[in-house]
Order: sequence, then structure tokens, then C-alpha cells
Amino acid sequence: MIQLEYLLIISAVMLFAGIYGFFTRKSTLAMLLSIELMLNAADINFAVFNRMLFPEGHEGYFFAIFGIAIAAAESAIAIAIMINIYRMLKNISVDELKKMKW
Amino acid sequence: MDSHNIMFVILAVIIMLSSIATVVSKSIIRAATYLLFVLLGTAGLYFLMGYSFLGAVQIMVYAGGIIVLYVFSILLTSGQQEKLNRVYLMKKVAVGMSCLAGLAVFIAMFFKQQFLAAALSAPSESDASFLSIEEIGKQMLSTGEGGYLLPFEAVSILLLACIVGGLIIARKR
Repeated sequence: MIQLEYLLIISAVMLFAGIYGFFTRKSTLAMLLSIELMLNAADINFAVFNRMLFPEGHEGYFFAIFGIAIAAAESAIAIAIMINIYRMLKNISVDELKKMKW
Repeated sequence: MDSHNIMFVILAVIIMLSSIATVVSKSIIRAATYLLFVLLGTAGLYFLMGYSFLGAVQIMVYAGGIIVLYVFSILLTSGQQEKLNRVYLMKKVAVGMSCLAGLAVFIAMFFKQQFLAAALSAPSESDASFLSIEEIGKQMLSTGEGGYLLPFEAVSILLLACIVGGLIIARKR
């Protein structure tokens, strides 16, 4: 029997894996991968709450679709910035990024 | 235990193990591959819930588009391995402990909350939650109650701004 709690546990594990990666990674691209994990966990929660608690409505369904679109836009811009940083510094580690830090 | 539940257990194990492997693996190209498994498993969860259009969008946009973009940019920026030193290890332990504590609090809250939800049943077309592609299209472009025309247009303008912004940021000077 698939309970609501089991689906929420999956997304909670995904969210905390993302948080862990965001704090411990040095490469900016790896931090972006962690952000994708967190956004994906949020999308799962929207769909799960819609399906299990309010199956007649479709608000969570559409919110998850818009969330996916915004995640795609965010990662495209962020990758453009990473490539620009790599051209200037030949490195994308956060230790090397001293300009525009403050 | 029917096939629906067995599939759920398989997907849950794949998703949780791969999402942990994404953040602990040394090579970043491997991390991107594990992320692909997480996203495909999530699409499988959407299919299990009967949200086939959402699962298809997940596979097309995330697994098809974003992962390819990531692998491309990792190869462009010559994926170097991360160095590990002592201070860094201390930070890893501290962050790992606080993440585990947060996860324990979350899980305790889930079971304390007593949600009024029935167990997930296998998807069928007679469900109240079933949404056909035709209904999705109508709702997406309607201005009436429960219509999503305004966010739809806002997202299209956001994507246009992203195309222009990405071109300007990443062009050669």
C-alpha cells in the first residue's frame, strides 16, 4: 500500500541530498546539479499533494509543469554564466571566484 | 503485493540511492549521470500517480534537455576532480549531520501529521484525478475560473528573456 508519507519521504531524501551537495561542493556546476535535485523534490511534492489529498483539482499538476519550465530557464542562464566565467578565469571552482563577491 | 506496489518500491530505491550518489560522487560527469536516473525515476513516479502528461514533460524537458545541457557544459569546462583537505572534511561532516537531523525531523513530522489521504491506487481513466490532454490544453489557455493563460504567457516571456540573456552572456567578445 503506497501511503502519502512514503512519497513525501522520497522527496525529503532528495531535498536533503540537494542541500548537502549545495553546501559541500566546490565546483559551481555541481552546485547547480544540487539545485536541480531540490527543485525536483518540490515538483514531486506539488504533484503528490494534488493527487493524494485533492484528486478533483489540478492546481498542483499545473504548478509542477510551470516549475519544470522555470527550472529549465534557470539552468540555461546559469550554464551560460558558468561558461562565461570559465572563459575569463579558466576555472569554475567557487574558491577562484573573487570578483563580484561582495 | 501487486505490480503497482513493486514498481513503486523499485522506483523509490532508485531515486533515493541515485540522489545520494549525485552529491557524493567524485567525478562530476558521474554526478550528472546519477541525476539523470533521479529524473527518470521521478517521471516513473508521475506515471504511477496517473499523471502521464507530467511524466512525459519531465522526461522531455529534464532528462532530455537539461541533462544534455549539463553534460555539454561539463565537457566544455573540462570536468576536473574536486580536491579534499582536512578543513573540507570537517565541513562535510557538519553539513551531513545537520542534514540527517533535518531529515529525521521531516520524517517524524510526516508520521505525526495524520494526513487524511487514502493509499495510492493504480491509475485508471475513470478516476476523478484523470486529466486528458484535451482538458490540459483547454485549461492551459482559458481565462476563466481555473484557467492558466496568464502564467502560461508569463512563462513564455521568461523563456524568451532567457534565450536573449543566454545569448548575450555567453557570446564571444
